Amino acid sequence: MSEVTLQTSELWAALRHRTQARIGLGRAGSALPTRHRLELQAAHAAARDAVHSPFEPGAVAAGLAGMPTVRVRSAAPDRTTYLQRPDLGRRLDRTDRAHLPVGEWDVVFVIADGLSSRAVHAHAAAVVHETAARLDSWHIAPVVLAEQARVALGDDVAHAMGATTVVVLIGERPGMSAADSLGAYLTYRPVPGVTTDAGRNCLSNIRPPLGLSYEGAAEKLAGLMERARRSGVTGVGLKDESGCGEVTEA
Amino acid sequence: MSYESVLRGQRYRFDTLARLLAAASPERSGDRLAGLAADSERERVAARWALAEVPLADFLTEPLIPYETDDVTRLILDTHDPAAFAPVAGLTVGGFREWLLSEQAHAVSLAALSPGLTPEMVAAVSKLMGNADLVAVARKVRVVTAFRSTIGLPGRLATRLQPNHPTDDPAGVAAALLDGLLLGSGDAVIGINPATDSPRAVRDLLELLDGVIRRYAIPTQSCVLCHVTTSVDLMERGAPVDLVFQSIAGTQAANASFGVTLGLLDEAYEAASKLERGTVGRNVMYFETGQGSALSADAHHGVDQQTVEARAYAVARRYDPLLVNTVVGFIGPEYLYDGRQILRAALEDHFCGKLLGLPMGLDICYTNHADADDDDIATMLTMLGVAGASFVICTPGGDDIMLNYQSASYHDALYLREVLGLRPAPEFEAWLASIGLLDERGAIREVGAHPLTEIGRELAA
Repeated sequence: MSEVTLQTSELWAALRHRTQARIGLGRAGSALPTRHRLELQAAHAAARDAVHSPFEPGAVAAGLAGMPTVRVRSAAPDRTTYLQRPDLGRRLDRTDRAHLPVGEWDVVFVIADGLSSRAVHAHAAAVVHETAARLDSWHIAPVVLAEQARVALGDDVAHAMGATTVVVLIGERPGMSAADSLGAYLTYRPVPGVTTDAGRNCLSNIRPPLGLSYEGAAEKLAGLMERARRSGVTGVGLKDESGCGEVTEA
Repeated sequence: MSYESVLRGQRYRFDTLARLLAAASPERSGDRLAGLAADSERERVAARWALAEVPLADFLTEPLIPYETDDVTRLILDTHDPAAFAPVAGLTVGGFREWLLSEQAHAVSLAALSPGLTPEMVAAVSKLMGNADLVAVARKVRVVTAFRSTIGLPGRLATRLQPNHPTDDPAGVAAALLDGLLLGSGDAVIGINPATDSPRAVRDLLELLDGVIRRYAIPTQSCVLCHVTTSVDLMERGAPVDLVFQSIAGTQAANASFGVTLGLLDEAYEAASKLERGTVGRNVMYFETGQGSALSADAHHGVDQQTVEARAYAVARRYDPLLVNTVVGFIGPEYLYDGRQILRAALEDHFCGKLLGLPMGLDICYTNHADADDDDIATMLTMLGVAGASFVICTPGGDDIMLNYQSASYHDALYLREVLGLRPAPEFEAWLASIGLLDERGAIREVGAHPLTEIGRELAA
């Protein structure tokens, strides 16, 4: 018995190196052993907290050390509405739109809570810093911090400010094995209500050390931005030669 | 034509049949997002009173989406069987509900009635039914299909073993596959959602699964859930395709957003049928559906989420599929907000699919931004088990690491078989017994080292 069990546990240990899937969990009757049941609940709790934990624009602004910022909200007044009404999350609150500074900006960075403000708190400021450092000749607008926001809110922001390019850094839908994953969406000359996801380039899973690093994300993003400026297109017309993930519903 | 009812002295009017159906639908976020939901609970009930009076035959003369512009409408009306419809042809929607719940409706009469029903009729009657009604009627319907295993027999519950991996790593897939087999899963299908739709990657996975199935003589079928055009291409090149998969929806425009037409599905069905890879049956198609896809594609034509979903089943039944499942909670809270809405949708989809003659299974699932948890999975599993679902989808620990959502686990399937006395598909059950995985009660034995673990040993090496 003990020899067999030992061999089996060694096998599962070896197999677990090949996948994050929850395999070889054992059984209590037909059900999961207590430890695994509670571990699943802990992972689910982390994912749920990520979805519902409030966005703290102040903390993100502090992380941006010196870069000017503007705060806006979407037309979705609260989290419950946000989750049920993606259309509202894509539009700026009318009052907030009027407060956005208009200028000849080459790019505006929008930091949006999306489905995980945890991801945004952890990673967004660093990605903006690293990317801005690679954009010598670019006229960069104040960073917009957007609450209850979906990706397409960036179109509205860029349009209102007169920015040519928009980069939206947004918290991705949390899975149980990754609740703090940041996505970056790049759009050139977006038109609110007209631009679709096919017109964007995306980097997903920015989440060091397990996912994409800040330097790696900034390098790819700045490279794509330079090429977008030269070619005048983003999205399916601008292939990320490094192999980008798909645009997800956000 | 407009519809009216008076509820407690107040008159309510619904301009079209589509508007009436939408207003009669139970509350869900997707219908609200589409601007189709009832404005109040009173209006919802008023719509149900009006709907109860509508003759079933009206659905044959008042298409919700025009015949001229939508090939799903044409399919529904052109294949309607008036002789099969005869027993209920004189009933209203309300009368039909009572007929379905009565002793006149049993496995034989319901099977005979199926070609006479349209998706709109079954969607309509479901809106007058409570959750328990949906269980009671669906339980009476039997749909049996087969390929290398037989699905849908009384007292049986099959499972899809879903060994997904974010990079399609063969060892990672094999590890999850082994885990599922040792827990008695996989008689409906061993089905992988590939990380990419590239024909090369899909073919590698098909060969991996085919190799395991042959080597261990497992009476089941594999499926790599790629686009139908990829399957057609791979079949032409001799890849080991058992089942052709496709996501489908209830309007021509929504199907177009998936890149499919009825012509393409016809072609795939022909090609897969010719391969004759089944041993005990010839059902070769596998379809997934789910409420919200037509709205998501902006292709719902003002028809409510559930009715459009039922129309997808008309597409499915044209191809005598082995398996159909609704991926019920996958699409997110903007379509089904919480566990309560997901449960209701699961029962509706299962009921409608079965009445239309389909081998209905479910991916009982939710995303982490929906208001749901593992207790909702348990509730849904139990109700759908009682309702006689053909199969459920199972993932390791209920956590899909590729699609980032929560589903039922292999353990959940063991639970359901145990509490309801359900058994695996007969061919698969015999195989489990032959390799020593069943105990004296016919339940899955907890094993340490087992010959099957060679699958893992080789790929982990």
